[in-house]
Amino acid sequence: MRARIWGCRGSLAAPGPETVRYGGNTSCVEVRLDDGTAIVLDAGTGIRPLGLQLDREGVKVVHLLLSHLHMDHLQGLGFFRPIYDAGVELHVWGPPSTVQSLQDRIGAYLSPPLFPVSLSEIPSKLFFHDAPDEPWTIGSATVLAVTVAHQGPTLGYRIEEAGRSLAYIPDHEPSIGVDLRSLGVDWLSGHEVARDADVLIHDAQYSEEEYPEHVGWGHSSIEHVVTFAQLAKVKRLLLFHHDPHHSDAELDALCVRARELWPGSEERLHVGAEGMEIDLSKLSLIDL
Amino acid sequence: MRGGLLRSRAVEGARQQKSVVLILARELAANVATPIFLIDKDGTLVFYNEPAEAIVGQPFAQVGEMPVADWGASMQPEDEEGNRLSRRTIPPGVAFLEQRAAHQEIFITGADGVRRGIEITAFPLFAKADEFAGAICIFWEHGAREAPPQEAR
Repeated sequence: MRARIWGCRGSLAAPGPETVRYGGNTSCVEVRLDDGTAIVLDAGTGIRPLGLQLDREGVKVVHLLLSHLHMDHLQGLGFFRPIYDAGVELHVWGPPSTVQSLQDRIGAYLSPPLFPVSLSEIPSKLFFHDAPDEPWTIGSATVLAVTVAHQGPTLGYRIEEAGRSLAYIPDHEPSIGVDLRSLGVDWLSGHEVARDADVLIHDAQYSEEEYPEHVGWGHSSIEHVVTFAQLAKVKRLLLFHHDPHHSDAELDALCVRARELWPGSEERLHVGAEGMEIDLSKLSLIDL
Repeated sequence: MRGGLLRSRAVEGARQQKSVVLILARELAANVATPIFLIDKDGTLVFYNEPAEAIVGQPFAQVGEMPVADWGASMQPEDEEGNRLSRRTIPPGVAFLEQRAAHQEIFITGADGVRRGIEITAFPLFAKADEFAGAICIFWEHGAREAPPQEAR
C-alpha cells in the first residue's frame, strides 16, 4: 500500500508564495493498494490534479472515502476528471445521516446555483454508500470507518492491507476541556481508528496559543495531536489539515514544537506536504 | 463489496471504544455544573461528573463503572412518603429500558447517608436513527430532606 498527499490544507485552499513547500490544496490523499485498487481519501481541491493523473493512467474504478461533507473535503469533486468519463465507476462512501441520503447531501453542492452541473448530468457511474458500521473490503484492503468528534457527522478511516495500517482522521477535536491523558483510551474519540497504526494522518490545525480561541471548532492543537498519537501508539504521524493562515515557516515552527512534545520523534513525526509519498510496505517517506 | 467480519487489528479493536455520542456527552458533563450520569447501551453507569458526586456521596474515580442494577440499588430511590421505587420505573430505568424520555421527583439516600430530594430528567441517546448508545440523566437537587417518620413509611 502506498499513499500520496495531494492536498493537506484545512478549511480553505491557500495558494501563494508563503505556502509553496507544504501546499495550498485542501484535503485529498491517494491510496494505492497492492492489487492496484485506487482509493481516494476526501475530495478537497487536491483531487483535481489527482484526477488528471488517474485519467492519464486509465483508472476505471475509484473508491472515494469522504470523512465528512464540509466544503474543504468536497469542493474538488466537480473538478475530478474521471467523473466525466462514462467508462468510470466511482464509489462514494461517507458518513450516514438520519435525514438525507449521501447522494442528496452531495447533490446539494453538485447542482445549480452552487455548481453548474447536476449529479444527474455526470456521465460516470456513481454509486453512493453509507459507510458501514463494521469493517468491509475494498480490493485487497480492509477498511474501518468510525465516527469521530468534529462538527457534524464525521468519520475517521483505517485502511489495512498485508499487515500494514493507515489511519486517516483529518478533522478531529479529540477532547474539549478534558485532559486527554486523564481518559481511558476507550473514552478517546478516534482511538479505534488510530491504535497501533503504522501511519496516522491527523488534524493539526492550531498551535497551542491559537487553540483557546477555537475551542469547540472541531480541530486539534499540536499538543492534542501529539498526545493522541502517543496514546494510540502510532508508529508514524503526519500533521495534516494545516490552517490556511499558516505559512511554510509557521508550519516548520509547529513541527519543531510537536517534536519537543514528543522527544525522539524526529524520524516518526513529519508535517504533511503536497507530493509526499508514503510506502507503507517499507514504512518509508519518499519525495519529501 | 461489504465483506462481513474480517479478522484484523481493526476488528480486534472494534467495540473497545465507547460510542462517540457517549464521548461527547461525557465532555459536556465534565464541563457543566449540573449533576449528570451517563449510562451506556448495556446499562452500565459509565460516568458521573463532579457535581453528581455530591448526590452519590463518592467520587467517580473511587467508584468507577458499575452495572445499573448496583447503582440503582445503592441510591435507594423513594417517593416523598418514603415508599421504595422500582429502579425500572424511575427516569434512568425508563430511558434505558424503554428508550424514551422521562422526568420525576424522587428521594435518594447517598453513600454519605444524606437523604436528598431530586428531580431527574433522563433521555436516551441514539447514535443513528436506530442505534441506542445509552442514556443521559440530569439531576436537579432540591437539597437535603429529612426522612419522614418511620411510622409514615
